[in-house]
Amino acid sequence: MATLGDLERAVMDVLWSTENPLSANDLRDRLHASNRDGARDVAVTTVLTVLSRLEGKNFVSRDRSMRPHLYRSVTTRAEHTAGLMHEVLGTAPDREAALARFIGSVSPAEAQTLRELLGASTPTAR
Amino acid sequence: MFFTSVVLLCLAVLLAWPVPLLLARAQWPSRAPGTALVLWQAIALAGGLSMIGAFVTYGLIPFGPNLLTALRELVRHLFDGTLPDDANLGHIFALCIAVLFTGHLLLNLALTIARTERQRNRHLSLVNLLSAPMPGRPDTRVLDHPAPVAYCLPGMTRSVTVLSEGLVSLLDAEQLKGVIAHERAHLRQQHHLVLVAFKSWHSALPWFPIANRAETAVGLLVEMLADDQARRVVDDTTLATAIALVASEGADRPDGSTLEHLHAGDTAEGVVGSRIQRLLSPRPPLSNTARVAVLVVSVALLLVPTLLLIVI
Repeated sequence: MATLGDLERAVMDVLWSTENPLSANDLRDRLHASNRDGARDVAVTTVLTVLSRLEGKNFVSRDRSMRPHLYRSVTTRAEHTAGLMHEVLGTAPDREAALARFIGSVSPAEAQTLRELLGASTPTAR
Repeated sequence: MFFTSVVLLCLAVLLAWPVPLLLARAQWPSRAPGTALVLWQAIALAGGLSMIGAFVTYGLIPFGPNLLTALRELVRHLFDGTLPDDANLGHIFALCIAVLFTGHLLLNLALTIARTERQRNRHLSLVNLLSAPMPGRPDTRVLDHPAPVAYCLPGMTRSVTVLSEGLVSLLDAEQLKGVIAHERAHLRQQHHLVLVAFKSWHSALPWFPIANRAETAVGLLVEMLADDQARRVVDDTTLATAIALVASEGADRPDGSTLEHLHAGDTAEGVVGSRIQRLLSPRPPLSNTARVAVLVVSVALLLVPTLLLIVI
């Protein structure tokens, strides 16, 4: 059984992979076709629940002018990832990252020193 | 009570300035990061307790001969809306400072924890949408981004290690294993709890340079602790190379380069430099006697102000 989080990701993957807005029925069919774990036999009502959650998170916008309602992704996956990465790298303007990274901020001089060390330490360079 | 107040104030000043400064400059913490972390926490807690205790005991002098009776008297006077005859403005001022300072520190801690928690949850839900779990490693996720990063998201029920595509392609399998072990150690040893406490201390006292120093020192110690866990999984050179590669973002390097032939002292300054140097030219761990001594000092630091407050 897939969790709601897995289904959200499956729905977003479908929406991100297409240009056109989709109805809940279209989405269910594509989820079935994708043959992903837990998405194979999902019901339309479940898809609708997932879609309204995603709409609440501002990932999905709904076109109510038509019947059935049509859904599309608000921004591309790459834009979301870039935003997330700004947060991780502490370059987001509005928030300081509360995340401990493997390597924190490194000054350009420090990075340069390390590059030289890595270059100089190959056996051939000795 | 006046004597207690003076002793507590002296202790508070010592713990606020010369002691953390000395510890931040000391060399031994890199040989026993866990022990040093305990000492940092003892200094911060005992320092805060002494500072607040000094104001409380001074302010309570007119109310009674010891803390308990004086507090009881204070409550009675508060209800009656009266003051003891020998209370002056200085005593009232000290009590107000104690209440405000305590409130400020606690409120700041609560706010920092709440903000961090909210940010982390939002971040985690984004990560869950944007990335797939690594095959065979359900708690590790890979984000599709070229910048090499690795970090962990501690959670109440489930913790996640996040790697970027850039990191996975930059490092070889062994190096990657080291990075994952490093992040796992952060999660297992609950480092975020210590970090959030020191972060809140710093944000509560932004004008106080020692709080900044303490946060930096604690951050480095936590990284060293995680490095020590990773060293059990991969060898020191592999881990050091992984650190250097990620830090330099892997630009312009010959393939397969390692730090094997580095000499101590060659390495860069700063946090990354100290971590690499520590891995490549390890110094013997601190002796058990020294460790026990530091732990005894830590306990004593906490006991002295507590006993001064309760007993006298």
